[in-house]
Amino acid sequence: MLSAILVMSGIALVLGGVLGWAAIRFRVEEDPLVDKIDAILPQTQCGQCGYPGCRPYAEAIAKGEADINRCPPGGEEGIRQLAELLGVEPKPLGEGLVHKPKSVAVIDERLCIGCTLCIQACPVDAIVGAAKQMHTVVPELCTGCELCVAPCPVDCIRMEVIKEDISNWKWRYPVVSLTALA
Amino acid sequence: MRFAPTPDEPRLTPFPGGIRLPAHKEVSTQRPIAALPLLPLYVVPLRQHIGEPARPIVQAGDRVLRGQMIGRPEGYVSVGVHAPTSGRVLAVEPRPVPHPSGLADLCVVIEADGEDRAVEPTPLDWHVMDASSLRNRLREMGLAGLGGAVFPSFIKLNPGARRSIPILILNGAECEPWITCDDLLMRQRASEILLGAQIMRHMLGAQQVLVGIEDNKPQAIASMMEAAIGSDIRVVAVPSIYPAGGGKQLTYLLTGRETPAHGLTTDVGVQVFNVGTAYALYRAVVHGEPLTSRIVTVTGHVAAPGNFEVRLGTPIADLLAAAGGELTGATGRVIGGPMMGFELKDTAAPVTKAVNCVLVKDAVHFPPPPPALPCIRCGACARACPMRLSPHELYWYARHRDFGKTQALNLFDCIECGCCSYVCPSHIPLVDYYRFAKSEIWAREREKKAADEARARHEFRLQRLEREKQEKAERLAKKAAERLESGAVSAQDPDAERKRAILAAAIEKARKAKEGVQPRNVDDLPEAVRKEIASIDARRTGGNGADPTP
Amino acid sequence: MPTSPHIVLADNSVRAVMFKVLAALVPGVVVHAWMFGPAIWVSLLLTTLFCLVIEALVLAMRDLPLKPFLSDGSVLVTAWLLALSLPTLLPWWLYALGSLFAVLVAKHLYGGLGQNVFNPAMVGYAVLIVSFPAHMNLWPAPVGVAGHTPNLMEALDLVFAGQGAVSPDAYTAATPMDQLRAQVRTGLSAEAVAAASFGLHAKEALVLSYALGGLLLLAHRVITWHVPVAFLGALVATATLLHLIDPGRHADPLFHLLTGSTVLGAFFILTDPVSASTTPLGKLIYAGLAGVITVLIRSFGAYPDGVAFAVLLMNAAVPFIDAYTQPRVFGHSRGRRT
Repeated sequence: MLSAILVMSGIALVLGGVLGWAAIRFRVEEDPLVDKIDAILPQTQCGQCGYPGCRPYAEAIAKGEADINRCPPGGEEGIRQLAELLGVEPKPLGEGLVHKPKSVAVIDERLCIGCTLCIQACPVDAIVGAAKQMHTVVPELCTGCELCVAPCPVDCIRMEVIKEDISNWKWRYPVVSLTALA
Repeated sequence: MRFAPTPDEPRLTPFPGGIRLPAHKEVSTQRPIAALPLLPLYVVPLRQHIGEPARPIVQAGDRVLRGQMIGRPEGYVSVGVHAPTSGRVLAVEPRPVPHPSGLADLCVVIEADGEDRAVEPTPLDWHVMDASSLRNRLREMGLAGLGGAVFPSFIKLNPGARRSIPILILNGAECEPWITCDDLLMRQRASEILLGAQIMRHMLGAQQVLVGIEDNKPQAIASMMEAAIGSDIRVVAVPSIYPAGGGKQLTYLLTGRETPAHGLTTDVGVQVFNVGTAYALYRAVVHGEPLTSRIVTVTGHVAAPGNFEVRLGTPIADLLAAAGGELTGATGRVIGGPMMGFELKDTAAPVTKAVNCVLVKDAVHFPPPPPALPCIRCGACARACPMRLSPHELYWYARHRDFGKTQALNLFDCIECGCCSYVCPSHIPLVDYYRFAKSEIWAREREKKAADEARARHEFRLQRLEREKQEKAERLAKKAAERLESGAVSAQDPDAERKRAILAAAIEKARKAKEGVQPRNVDDLPEAVRKEIASIDARRTGGNGADPTP
Repeated sequence: MPTSPHIVLADNSVRAVMFKVLAALVPGVVVHAWMFGPAIWVSLLLTTLFCLVIEALVLAMRDLPLKPFLSDGSVLVTAWLLALSLPTLLPWWLYALGSLFAVLVAKHLYGGLGQNVFNPAMVGYAVLIVSFPAHMNLWPAPVGVAGHTPNLMEALDLVFAGQGAVSPDAYTAATPMDQLRAQVRTGLSAEAVAAASFGLHAKEALVLSYALGGLLLLAHRVITWHVPVAFLGALVATATLLHLIDPGRHADPLFHLLTGSTVLGAFFILTDPVSASTTPLGKLIYAGLAGVITVLIRSFGAYPDGVAFAVLLMNAAVPFIDAYTQPRVFGHSRGRRT
């Protein structure tokens, strides 16, 4: 009996030691979790999640402080990818958050007074212009975060949904006539 | 009439898979190619080729001549677009175009003046011209592959770093059922096609020219063989197994050379051109005519099916009318063939360089497919696949949006030929799933790229703000130190009040400007305000007018 | 409505495939009735009825449309293969139980048509032979060999009322395979037994009729050559090897070809597309290993016939086999996985 316990303990100790050594010796340097989360986030930097950008939100998720369903631009697909990465169940978008179609900001150049407030608000430097000069949004760079809309003192910025045209048109998911395809 | 291969003909290497299809070619081969009468209106899309659409260089009101460039190539992968007849530009605006989406695209609408005056043709002396300027001329003249893929020909005619491409293949397989435009072109204009091939051979430095034609077109084979007498161009009959007309398939069939995945046939020393492209190239080089027309098959459920020489920009409704109109019981129209073509949503859409056939469907030849059943893994699709893919596995993952797996199973080697869907006993729209998966993957790659750029820009901005903050702090500290030294004490930034005032004035100005957008009464306003409004107006018209430098 | 192609192959459907399989089974069924008496009609009818009813009930429970799935013929194929694998003249509730496991458990619990990992008929068979070995060992002997072959009325009586006027001893006999087993244990040469096995001639006719059906399937391209060739080839090779090593213990390859459900399995059971491998190389591996396992079970295992268990074991290995035998895609170099 005693010898059995000793043998078992001995084996346990040896194997534990080997495993512990292997864990240190063969450790695979991986992307830190934050980078992986950040890679999934859409980088709109809109702050709708309650954090001042995508990176801080990624950090909060990694620390377990934030839920994975706080990112409206990422939408359902983003949540699904985060859930997959973190090994949790996907869930619907958090309360009060809505996924909107992708848009870009457009400045009504007739009204712009060149106050530079929107330039200061833009998280990705997608607005060009100087003080007292008319500003304009570079549509290819705009992430559609809407952060420039509120600061404008003359309400000359509006969000325009990106229209589908031949260059960005996508094939749809096939509609199959038999409703319940097992 | 069948042609036994003569001893010097290359041995054929059958490609994997493929299917035999009822051809229905005889429907549209009863009459020679007919020209369409001049129409009152042409709608010429600026995106008729793969790559960047051409940039319009005319505007409403301009007068144009046949062959005059109306769209300039933009970027490298692009070719010119030309007016199909003389007349007046009515508009440059989005109009319905033949595209699976049914969406509108930018077109030049031309009202014909009935005179059909052409610009002075500019034949090219291809024997002496240097290769690069010859290619450039072809780019401007709008040459693009007329087999359906419409890839700019000048790029394919550039042997590039290889200096030469040993084998030129003319693709006259026309493996899609119903379509006969290449068949008729080869019957009627064989020598012109071969002249075009000689120019291509010259540009590529090719030693060997092969013409591959499916053996269900004996007359075309005979006519091409006759035209090839006295030259070393070899006309080869290939078995009528769809998709023998696929570039990689025909290359393998005729040369046994397997094009590497994600590569081009030029990687194995072969360049493939459609016979229609060779003919268009001949017209462009020898006659100096830009590409403004092509042969189109109108077949299926129409009164007088046949082939037509059609000016690019001809509304498809007019083309159908020329073929006697649709018969009663027509169930839809397909652009292209029944295997790879797409449903046309609006007959107002015009014929473009990519349109080789308008096929009017009826319930007898094109019955709606039975409802789809689950996949029973019978493997018929895998046996039919010319790329030796596993369509049933691809379907499984595409259906569950597992795009990583679809890519691991080489989704992007799929040529969307439709063999798998055709033979599927469960009638699953397999190709639709692959197209969906491909376009989702492309969209995601685009999004990923945009997100990476946005991240970089955001990080750069954060760095910049940090730096600016530091610099400001340093400056302030320095200033404070100076002030301390000079003994002056000021708690408030003297500028702050002034800045606020300026901002308030500007806001007021903008508010007025906003009001000014609506009809307004300026009579009672003081001089200063009127001046302001005038200056705003000036700015507005400045921002509103035609964009001089896009 | 697919966006393309706009045409489909005429007369091509799941139903067409399944009915070709059924048609190819008809010669086998007829020969079975001729050689072993009309009892096969009873078991065929019973499994067909039970399978159809269970399929309909499960479809209704799953909210799936009845018409396309009941008429696709797949459930009939399952029912017929089950009937042909089971002994005739079993009590009716055994046919019911087999059908239940085949259709409900093996097919629908895995997701229904096209989703089943295991061959449904073989699951039904395996459940019965594991749970009711006594019943499953009573194989009616061929006409002329048995003391009495029940006619249709007697067969119905036996199936529904249990023991009727005829005693099982009168119509059943140990199968050639059981005989071999028993004789080997008592020390007689297997060759002698096999040569003297009374049932083999009847089996020959049955096996030939299955093979004929299999050739019909090959001709109509419902199945490919890979599975039958690999299965029969591996089976014969393994049996030959064992027979050469110890002819006193192991029967010759012809015996293995003619007994059990070897040929039925080769053309109809292993070829079930849903549960078989789909790649050409995969089919060879899948069917070849099934052949080896069949002989091993017959020679060393506790069960008389090994086809069913070999099929089920290889079914379980199919996803793995398929993943590692994907054909070389056109334009890809051999061996490199991308």
